[in-house]
Amino acid sequence: MIEFNLDRGSGVSTYLQLVHQVKQALRLGTLRPGDQLPTAREVVESLAINPNTVLKAYRELEREGLVEGRPGMGTFVRQGITGATLAEHTRLRRSLEAWVHDARAAGLDQEDLRVLFTVVLADAAKEGVA
Amino acid sequence: MSPALEATGLGVRYRRTWALRDCSLSVPTGRVAALVGPNGAGKTTLMHAAVGLLRPARGSVRVAGEAAFVAQDKPLYESFTVAEMLTFGRRMNTRWDDAAAADRLAGLGIPLKRKVSGLSGGQQAQVAVTLALAGRPDLLILDEPLANLDPLARHDVMRSIMAEVAGRELTVLLSSHVVSDLEETCDWLVVLNGGRLQVSGDIEELLDGHLVLTGPDEASAAGTQMVGGSRTGRQVSMLVRGAPPLDPRWQARRPGLEELVMGYLRSPESAALPGLTGVGA
Repeated sequence: MIEFNLDRGSGVSTYLQLVHQVKQALRLGTLRPGDQLPTAREVVESLAINPNTVLKAYRELEREGLVEGRPGMGTFVRQGITGATLAEHTRLRRSLEAWVHDARAAGLDQEDLRVLFTVVLADAAKEGVA
Repeated sequence: MSPALEATGLGVRYRRTWALRDCSLSVPTGRVAALVGPNGAGKTTLMHAAVGLLRPARGSVRVAGEAAFVAQDKPLYESFTVAEMLTFGRRMNTRWDDAAAADRLAGLGIPLKRKVSGLSGGQQAQVAVTLALAGRPDLLILDEPLANLDPLARHDVMRSIMAEVAGRELTVLLSSHVVSDLEETCDWLVVLNGGRLQVSGDIEELLDGHLVLTGPDEASAAGTQMVGGSRTGRQVSMLVRGAPPLDPRWQARRPGLEELVMGYLRSPESAALPGLTGVGA
């Protein structure tokens, strides 16, 4: 099961925050195929948001093929997010941690790290396109 | 889908003063509509006209099905217990779901034997909303339901209203001064200003259809429609409708709900009103 939370000052729209949190849980394996997402009423009762926002997020996840709505039953996870396995995740995380440690030792602060990471990500995405 | 609330050319007059003029709007079924505007804008007047508490001088206002109204000064009897308020409600209403009301109060942890005067402001608001919902209305109209409540109680009241909307087909119209209270909960916006309707529409569509432009005052914003703006030295900041202008000196971003509302309230001559079908800009 997943429990949603909101970052109200983030500027990211509420429905996108819900979408991201489900995807995050799928990546981390806290949500797995067959698992049920909370009902709109449950989400609304904890977060005090408009039920249509929850339905919009679930529709988006459904459109991407990640979940499916079963009439009268609820919304269920159809598939995990394919990609690296958990073991690979762990391995990559270790090497990223080592890299962060390295960069810290070289005198980069939190903001420098973030900028560097974002730039490299953006460049990689550009190469992927070209 | 037929609208839950529809006003056509609605005008309301108190003696010689028009409290509401030429107001045409429709709120689709199942929406949570925010009614905002400064004091004296006509919010309460519109609500009173919708539930038949006053008669329009011009035009009409129509509700599909049953409407329940919670006035701003929580309509409860201080000396009654909560249970007595329920009995009172049952006798005053033809449609009445006593079990649902009792369940709701139990869920909120409000004791039936407690006198209304012994409840907190948040609990009184919850009891008033519970009584309104027990009549199984199709449209719930709340006048400043969050006024005088602390942040926790505001959150609790909104949570329980949202849960009700999720549970069945219910349309809500609620007024508030505090736009940030409405940001996550409402999906329809109605702005009244000085007795005139300025904005009525789907909140996402409204936000998508507007831009906040910042740039030098000589930059051209051709192709957009200006709502309002301000000038600091040579820099202009303005709220516009339409697609981003071609002039590259503009920085454009999507407005927040509060910016959109303030932009219109500061420019009473601007308006964003769809046709009477309700959806679409």
